[in-house]
Amino acid sequence: MADEPVIVIGAGPAGTRAAQRLVQAGLRPVVIDENDRQGGQIYRRQPENFHRAPEKLYGTEAAKASSLHTDFDLLRPHIDYRPGTTVWGVSNEGLMTVRGQDVTIVPFSRVIITSGATDRIMPVPGWTTPGAYSLGAAQIALKAQACAIGRKPVFMGTGPLLYLVAWQYLQAGVKPAAVLDTSALSTRMRGLRRMASRARVVANGVRYMANLARAGVRLHAGITPRAIEGSNNQVSGVVWRDSRGKLRHAACDAVGMGYGLRSETQLADLLKCEFIFDPCFTQWRPHVDRNGRTSRPDVYLAGDGVLLRGADAAEAAGQLAACAVLRDGGHVVADTEFTQLHETLTVMNRFGRGLAEAFPWPAHLARALPDDTVVCRCENITAGEIRRAAGELDAPEMNRAKALTRPGMGRCQGRMCGLAAAEILAAARNVPVREVGRLRTAAPVKPLPLNCTVRS
Amino acid sequence: MPALFRRVAEKDRKTIHLFVDGHEIEALEGDTVLVAVLTRTGRLRHNEFDNAPRAGFCLMGACQDCWVWTEDGTQLRACSTTAQPGMRITTTEVPWLTNL
Amino acid sequence: MTAYPTNRMQADVIIVGGGFMGAATAFFLRRQGLSVILLERDLVGQAASGVNFGNVRRQSRYLGQLPLANRSRDIWLNMPRLIGEDAEFVMSGHILVTTSEKDGDRLEKYAVDCKPYGLDLTIMTGAQARAKFPMVGPEIRTVSYSPLDGHANPRLAAPAFGRAARRAGARVIENTEVCAITKSAEDFIVETRNGQSFQAPLLQISSGAWGRAMAASFGEDIPFAANGPQMGVTEPLPYRIEPVIGCASSVPEEGVYLRQVKRGNIVFGGGLRSVADIVTKRAPIDPLNTMRQMPHLARLVPQMARLRIIRTWSGVEGYVGDNLPIMGPSSRVPGLFFAFGFCGHGFQLGPGVGMTMAELIATGRTDIPLEPFHIKRFQ
Ligand SMILES: Cc1cc2nc3c(=O)[nH]c(=O)nc-3n(C[C@H](O)[C@H](O)[C@H](O)COP(=O)(O)OP(=O)(O)OC[C@H]3O[C@@H](n4cnc5c(N)ncnc54)[C@H](O)[C@@H]3O)c2cc1C
Ligand code: FES
Repeated sequence: MADEPVIVIGAGPAGTRAAQRLVQAGLRPVVIDENDRQGGQIYRRQPENFHRAPEKLYGTEAAKASSLHTDFDLLRPHIDYRPGTTVWGVSNEGLMTVRGQDVTIVPFSRVIITSGATDRIMPVPGWTTPGAYSLGAAQIALKAQACAIGRKPVFMGTGPLLYLVAWQYLQAGVKPAAVLDTSALSTRMRGLRRMASRARVVANGVRYMANLARAGVRLHAGITPRAIEGSNNQVSGVVWRDSRGKLRHAACDAVGMGYGLRSETQLADLLKCEFIFDPCFTQWRPHVDRNGRTSRPDVYLAGDGVLLRGADAAEAAGQLAACAVLRDGGHVVADTEFTQLHETLTVMNRFGRGLAEAFPWPAHLARALPDDTVVCRCENITAGEIRRAAGELDAPEMNRAKALTRPGMGRCQGRMCGLAAAEILAAARNVPVREVGRLRTAAPVKPLPLNCTVRS
Repeated sequence: MPALFRRVAEKDRKTIHLFVDGHEIEALEGDTVLVAVLTRTGRLRHNEFDNAPRAGFCLMGACQDCWVWTEDGTQLRACSTTAQPGMRITTTEVPWLTNL
Repeated sequence: MTAYPTNRMQADVIIVGGGFMGAATAFFLRRQGLSVILLERDLVGQAASGVNFGNVRRQSRYLGQLPLANRSRDIWLNMPRLIGEDAEFVMSGHILVTTSEKDGDRLEKYAVDCKPYGLDLTIMTGAQARAKFPMVGPEIRTVSYSPLDGHANPRLAAPAFGRAARRAGARVIENTEVCAITKSAEDFIVETRNGQSFQAPLLQISSGAWGRAMAASFGEDIPFAANGPQMGVTEPLPYRIEPVIGCASSVPEEGVYLRQVKRGNIVFGGGLRSVADIVTKRAPIDPLNTMRQMPHLARLVPQMARLRIIRTWSGVEGYVGDNLPIMGPSSRVPGLFFAFGFCGHGFQLGPGVGMTMAELIATGRTDIPLEPFHIKRFQ
């Protein structure tokens, strides 16, 4: 399909920069994004009738957000932009997209997937109670809708987002009841060595923590979550063990929870790209070379959808993937451009590894989850059911466990539960988590209306 | 059931009216369906298997835990659908083959 | 009852392939008192047996297959007592619906012809059908209702037989791919890719779509194709569709079917199939086939048009030239038995095939007529 266009999936930092680079080379890429408005998650735009200034929305990153937005707006005449459109499958003829009830088949010569990430979740008893949200959700509520998820939220999990969101809530006049981090202070110090390369980012994080502390928000490190409590079907409190093992409690009316991010890799999977287990992020992900080339010659990946390195890295990786597309397609791209981008990304890689070390995924919590804790929130499948698959039903890997007791069978296809379910399965079988594999993707990657029709 | 969400800014938008379980509610232009409902009450739907209330989780179209039914039997993903005046949402009954 | 001879690489019977057919045969062979080794390339019941539609249907089958299907249905009903679980089998009834007069005539004729085999069907007009099954659409004309058929969960059934066979003393060996089968004077020698060798005087090939090459290696080739039926499932809804509903159209694209599971999801499939690849073990699901199924599903149950599909899949199934399975003894090699190539209708038959093959292998005979399925029909 050499004559077909280059497709960019996603219009966040990676997708925007990829499209921009393609346009610079004289191409007219198709840019497909599920959101109605460009910007991705981090630089998500508020609806047009909202008026808050960028500084209010994006804080220290306001300049970057604005530049990403204006650059994209300038691209508009030069790209085939399809907002509000979801890529849901792959056929021999091209990508299957849907907008409302209209399905379109989009042929491509090459495709750059920049599908981003969502929160990485470790379930806790009570996490399906109304009022419990992902950290990302807590931030989107504020950024895109000018709402807080409650009056007195607790933020629980680990990672830089924990403090950023708590601080953003504080700025918005909503004082968090507590910030609970599973990472111990000593662990964070260890990761810091690698993070020193990006002093500004670290300094921002430290500032958020300091501001929160100054405002009287309790910051707890090295905690073990025990439960989200509810009364009358709403969140009423959080229980945890502190670093000394003491049981603690905080009253609250909402919880934002998250343990770093997980990549949205479904499309690469449908396109049959090869996956590897990444020990740094303890997740399976598509294999890419340093320019974003996958095992498939016409598929490229960039941004958090393949490597969790944050927005700045995503911009560089998006541009780099576009460079690779151009070069592979016979365009001239200077070596120096590649070299510069590689240099930028080397710093980001080191930083990303430092973050993963400083705020580790608390895999050990999976083993301790009570049997009756819901893990798969779509199908309401408990940890005990996953353990039954592991033991009595002898499932050695995730897809078998899914077939037998249904974790990951629901509408979200395991986005929320898959990684935690894998940890539970691995713990129950006493094997490293990589050995239980990963849930296979099935089309449609998001629910597809049965009354849609193909438009040519 | 008290509201879950609380508005912290952008309160001077035009108001619109929707119906949730037959009751008229006021929302603001530009609200998602999720925000329109949750600034008024504490749930969007019920889980199909334990029937416990749910109120969304990810707000970014990933968890699929915010699908709501309208009275005429269509479904909307509340976190990624803009609220329209006159929408009639039901959080209690699933209008599926009910006429049988 | 000894579970197996002291030499663990040897048994009375080796079964190659742990799909539904292999797993059920292993279970019933243990009840016949024979020692069994079951060799499965991946995990028991992971191929066609684990991903099929889950129809437990007798109506519209080839008439000569009804004795086998009847036996199977009796076992389905008896499964909790037999193996300790029901694999979610429900005797929900099964309706075949038509939208054209010609197809309706065919249903009426079949309802008469199948009577002597003990299959009682009720023919209804569209209006009668809508009175009893109000979810079906206005275009539906003649309907054939089989009250004693139903559906079950394919992901559970074959693994359950595999575990039951193991409990009964069969050696069920997974992740072990058979790469060569030869016959010495007495025994079959079965070699596996991981370097093991097994031996037994009796051998059953029940390796599904991979059975043809194994049969051919004994000089018994057959016309055969590996295809992938196209499946999908909707989000869960209140449980309001009891019977399995299938379209009896003679136009392949229209031949879709659906069932609602008690948890609420509607599983569907049918229409065009994809071409499967037995080397990569993959049967593609073509999203365009999913799109093609949509309007036909809505003709059966119009309200389905408002739902959402949450997952689609396919699986590798073996189709024999005349659309009937290969089942029974080899026509050339004593001690060799076949049960493969079930042409997209093997799930219902699984337990019956297991019992019948076990009988045949252990005693040399069975009351179930198998002649139409003998491999010798192609020689
Ligand atoms: C998508 C789909 C939908 C269907 N819908 C229905 C339905 O609704 N109703 C119905 O009655 N039937 C249906 N069928 C058909 C039914 O599933 C099959 O007829 C039946 O399961 C076949 O069972 P089997 O044991 O012969 O094959 P399989 O389940 O394919 O088992 C064969 C086994 O042999 C193993 N094997 C292969 N080669 C080797 C080797 N070299 N060494 C060791 N092991 C090996 C494989 O790993 C596999 O486990 C459907 C099939 C499919 C694919
Ligand atoms: S809240 Fe997760 S998809 Fe809407």
